[in-house]
Amino acid sequence: MPMKIENGPFWKRVEENLQNDFMRGAVAGMQDRGYVRRLGVIEELGHWEEWRSLAEQIRKHTLENLDYYLMQLSENVAKRGGHVFFAQTAEEANDYIRRIALEKQAKKIVKSKSMVTEEINLNPVLEAIGCQVVETDLGEYILQIDDHDPPSHIVGPALHKNKEQIRDVFRRKLGYTKSSDPVELARHAREMLRRDYLTADIGITGCNFAIAESGSITLVTNEGNADLVTALPKTQITVMGMERIVPTFEEMEVLVSMLTRSAVGQKLTSYITVLTGPRDEGDADGPEEFHLVIVDNGRSSILGTEFQPILQCIRCAACVNVCPVYRHIGGHSYGSIYSGPIGAVLSPLLGGYDDYKELPYASSLCAACTEACPVKIPLHELLIKHRQIIVEREGKAPVAEKLAMKAFRLGTASSSLYRFGTKFAPSAFAPFVEDGRVTKGPGPLKAWTESREFPAPSKERFRDWFQTRQKGGNPS
Amino acid sequence: MKVSLFVTCLIDLFYTNAGKATVELLERLGCEVDFPEAQTCCGQPAYNSGYVKESKEAMKQMMRAFAHADYVVTPSGSCAAMLKEYPHIFHGDPEWEAEAKRLAAKTYELTQFLVDVLKVEDVGASLHGRATYHTSCHMTRLLGVKDAPLRLLEHVKGLELVPLPNAHQCCGFGGTFSVKMGPISEQMVDEKIGHIEEVEADYLIGADCGCLMNIGGRIGRLGKPIRVMHIAEVLNQQK
Repeated sequence: MPMKIENGPFWKRVEENLQNDFMRGAVAGMQDRGYVRRLGVIEELGHWEEWRSLAEQIRKHTLENLDYYLMQLSENVAKRGGHVFFAQTAEEANDYIRRIALEKQAKKIVKSKSMVTEEINLNPVLEAIGCQVVETDLGEYILQIDDHDPPSHIVGPALHKNKEQIRDVFRRKLGYTKSSDPVELARHAREMLRRDYLTADIGITGCNFAIAESGSITLVTNEGNADLVTALPKTQITVMGMERIVPTFEEMEVLVSMLTRSAVGQKLTSYITVLTGPRDEGDADGPEEFHLVIVDNGRSSILGTEFQPILQCIRCAACVNVCPVYRHIGGHSYGSIYSGPIGAVLSPLLGGYDDYKELPYASSLCAACTEACPVKIPLHELLIKHRQIIVEREGKAPVAEKLAMKAFRLGTASSSLYRFGTKFAPSAFAPFVEDGRVTKGPGPLKAWTESREFPAPSKERFRDWFQTRQKGGNPS
Repeated sequence: MKVSLFVTCLIDLFYTNAGKATVELLERLGCEVDFPEAQTCCGQPAYNSGYVKESKEAMKQMMRAFAHADYVVTPSGSCAAMLKEYPHIFHGDPEWEAEAKRLAAKTYELTQFLVDVLKVEDVGASLHGRATYHTSCHMTRLLGVKDAPLRLLEHVKGLELVPLPNAHQCCGFGGTFSVKMGPISEQMVDEKIGHIEEVEADYLIGADCGCLMNIGGRIGRLGKPIRVMHIAEVLNQQK
């Protein structure tokens, strides 16, 4: 699955998803339950704003010194017998991983959850050389067997499916014969996956945080699947976005706590695993060979720009889980594997404005995302920056809007023009006013009045009332 | 105390009653209200749409208009939050940065001014009925004003204030969002109205005319029997 989800133009996607009552119910339920849970663990921790500031400081410091920490990380991975590959592009990353698979004559590859491998579209590359690639995160597994249905949420990728739909997929694809009971479904997936772990030649993982001081990687899951992916196959390949790094264990501990609380409202997830290099002599399990693939794929061109804060992201999806727009349109409407506010900021940066020019506008700028972000990314401000670029640099703004904004500039930059312009508002509106309101508006008001009444301008502006009153007149 | 009123363009042109109520309320509480005629708009519609250059002209006009003011009070959390953004927007601009900081420092949203500066919570208002309050996003998240309006409303005689479920959620206004993304905005406002109906409120009170225009406009279209009032109008009611 590449970053872009091929499912038609923006409005087609939105209209389709607005009709999807099941998806909308599932998202709203997830958001509402998650909201309460997240506030609970935040309160339990205490001093949340201070923790956020600390987490932000850690992320900022790391990004400002990213070259240093990447070098330190790669030296330490090498020291522990691992191999490091810096991939500037998706192709370079995929080529490297394909080469290893060919070298190992791999038939089966198990994977734990990784957004970056989705972003670079790794699976088809491996499938093309005859490897069977098995996703082991339950959500990703369901999507994979359902003919590669795209993820709709960065943490809960199969959020848009209910248990009956999952049962049907299992029946169709796995010969499942039991009920839609989640325990039975999970048990079946688990039995299937066990066989895959035991017979896989390579395990591929993502990376929540790489630790520069030790050359370790941290994996955070609730299913323990990443532990099996890294314990059983002889070769382990970990793929990370180049910004997913912390200086030491101390910072890792802070960020993991922020991640699990923000992502799933848990103090800790069931499994938090730190792995350092390949199996040592005397180790009971672990891979014989360890590769760390560090992916740039457009990230370094965000560094040093006004969008640098987006690289602070730790992929917790707290912004997605509070977004009122995501709530109604769901993940697939974004047309990118990165959905919600983080997706609306990141997708145009990684994939360009041609494909994602609507996303920065798919926000009411309510700032719920900015408030929820555990590393203080000013998400709604970055959306405004995108809009500014679309208007000023890309020239993609509609002509009517440009004209309206020109008029705005003229009308608000001088009090006399403002007064002159607004004086005629009541007569300009008059043809459209009925019972003191506009029900069918012209021009830009049309979109408003599709679903709402627009107020008629007051016959007398506030400023006229005030002036009359000041002069001792008899105001209405 | 002399207070300079920034009435906002929406109130100046459409919701004049909220402006009148603000003046009368402030005067009743002993303030001398000044209305700088040169004021226009805070610049937000253009700024939030990405027209930063265009918006800055409005902002400069606002800085000129309120240069003389001791306190700038505005009956809108969103517009107050915008004025507070000026220092950030004019950061590094030798001509305007200092003035932007001065304006931001002396700007207050109406309820914030009443509670934090005038130190009043009971303004002697009365209104009979069951009401719920919409906490506007910019007012709470960008300006950080959460308690002031509730404290004032709690003291309104005869008013039964009921909490709004999912109060933290945006009503779907978002300025140009409401027209650019109309079908999404509609779903958001419908959910908001559903919650208002759930608590069987007679009144929906808010402190931002943008949100109220959106919620009220949809309530009007659906023909729901819910009265939409700006908080200044509520606080100015004496029966």
